[in-house]
Amino acid sequence: MQYENVRTTCIYCGCGCAINLQVLDGEIVGVFPDPQHPISRGSLCIKGWNVASFVRHPDRLATPLVRQGEGFREASWDEALQLVAERMGAIYAASGPQSIGFLASAKCTNEENYLLQKLARTIVRTNNIDHCARL
Amino acid sequence: MREQICKLVAEKLPELAGVVALRQTAVGTAPYLFREGDDLSQLVLEPRYPLPSVVSMLQKRYPEARFGVVARGCDARALVEMAKRNQIDPERLYLVGFTCSAEQAAECYCAAPAPDTAGWPQAMVVGVPVAGAPPNPLVAQYEEMSLAERRAFWQQQFAKCIKCYGCRNICPECFCEACALEDPLWVEAGMLAPPFPMFHLVRAMHMASRCVACRQCELVCPAHIPLTVLYDLMRRDIGELLGYEPGADIAAAPPLSLTLADGMVHGQDQLL
Ligand code: SF4
Ligand code: SF4
Ligand code: SF4
Repeated sequence: MQYENVRTTCIYCGCGCAINLQVLDGEIVGVFPDPQHPISRGSLCIKGWNVASFVRHPDRLATPLVRQGEGFREASWDEALQLVAERMGAIYAASGPQSIGFLASAKCTNEENYLLQKLARTIVRTNNIDHCARL
Repeated sequence: MREQICKLVAEKLPELAGVVALRQTAVGTAPYLFREGDDLSQLVLEPRYPLPSVVSMLQKRYPEARFGVVARGCDARALVEMAKRNQIDPERLYLVGFTCSAEQAAECYCAAPAPDTAGWPQAMVVGVPVAGAPPNPLVAQYEEMSLAERRAFWQQQFAKCIKCYGCRNICPECFCEACALEDPLWVEAGMLAPPFPMFHLVRAMHMASRCVACRQCELVCPAHIPLTVLYDLMRRDIGELLGYEPGADIAAAPPLSLTLADGMVHGQDQLL
């Protein structure tokens, strides 16, 4: 028998509200806001309150999918990342940095998005960076 | 006070499955189930979380286990009302109560800032109770208003609502599996702010004879809506009309609950 709260940051937007995931015997059973957090100060929006509901949702993708004909097939992370690197490398070699764009995500932390734009600007050398909200 | 509580918890832990309290770690403070052998130096008393809801969840998941809880006055009141509605089992709960400071009571406009353990099977209180604090001055101001002014007041307040359901989620007395606030019959879906005044008045009505004035709903509201003005008046009316104070007496039957037993409806006598 184990009950604890695991502190994390809400992934739904860039505000960075703190959430406590209530974990009972290894299963997420609820969310508490944190009254002492300097940003969210004990409040959450409806998405934050329900943030735990997708973790084990049956619709959630649990592995990368690679397009195959009209559909998709499951792939390992290694295979998927390898494929992305190869295809991006080929497009880059053929058409240059302007042919590639990056879409950052609201579901990542600010730090992760910072790393993504670093990758775009310093390695691929493109300023084509936008946000998933404008997809 | 904290040391005294930790000592008591340590003494009780061997006979309990665990004690629900707040744990402080490097990342923050949140509810936790302390078990035998856990580091009790991490047990703290601030800030406030709805620990009664955690007790209820644990007791339901483990229907044989006995737990303890470190509880403030309002937590104990919440547990009293939960017990009456089969959300917790007082026989399987050891209540480690503690008194709030006068400052805390003033902040909460709390009339009873210490747990009342009368009628609890297993309970004790650490600390010396301070006097109750004066009520929220906003309630008196509100009562000075005309009907039209009251309507305008709530229209303006409820228009701020972002419908996060936080007030409901945090409330120890909101435990229905099917919630009227999610039923399109009562609250039209997809509207922000929720159409005046159903969302808030449905909740206020459902708090009649249940709200124990813990103020968690107001603390959690991102729109800073003074929800407890409504609930305080509801508490006053339930007291005046039905002679019932939610959370005060574990032996008193809630006046708005009817039970079916022996083929009879019980509870109406108190309504008449
Ligand atoms: S409402 Fe506030 S003062 Fe009253 S018992 Fe709860 S925390 Fe303490
Ligand atoms: S004060 Fe608010 S959170 Fe506390 S019991 Fe009343 S309605 Fe529920
Ligand atoms: S906590 Fe406040 S904003 Fe959220 S639903 Fe309740 S009244 Fe509306």
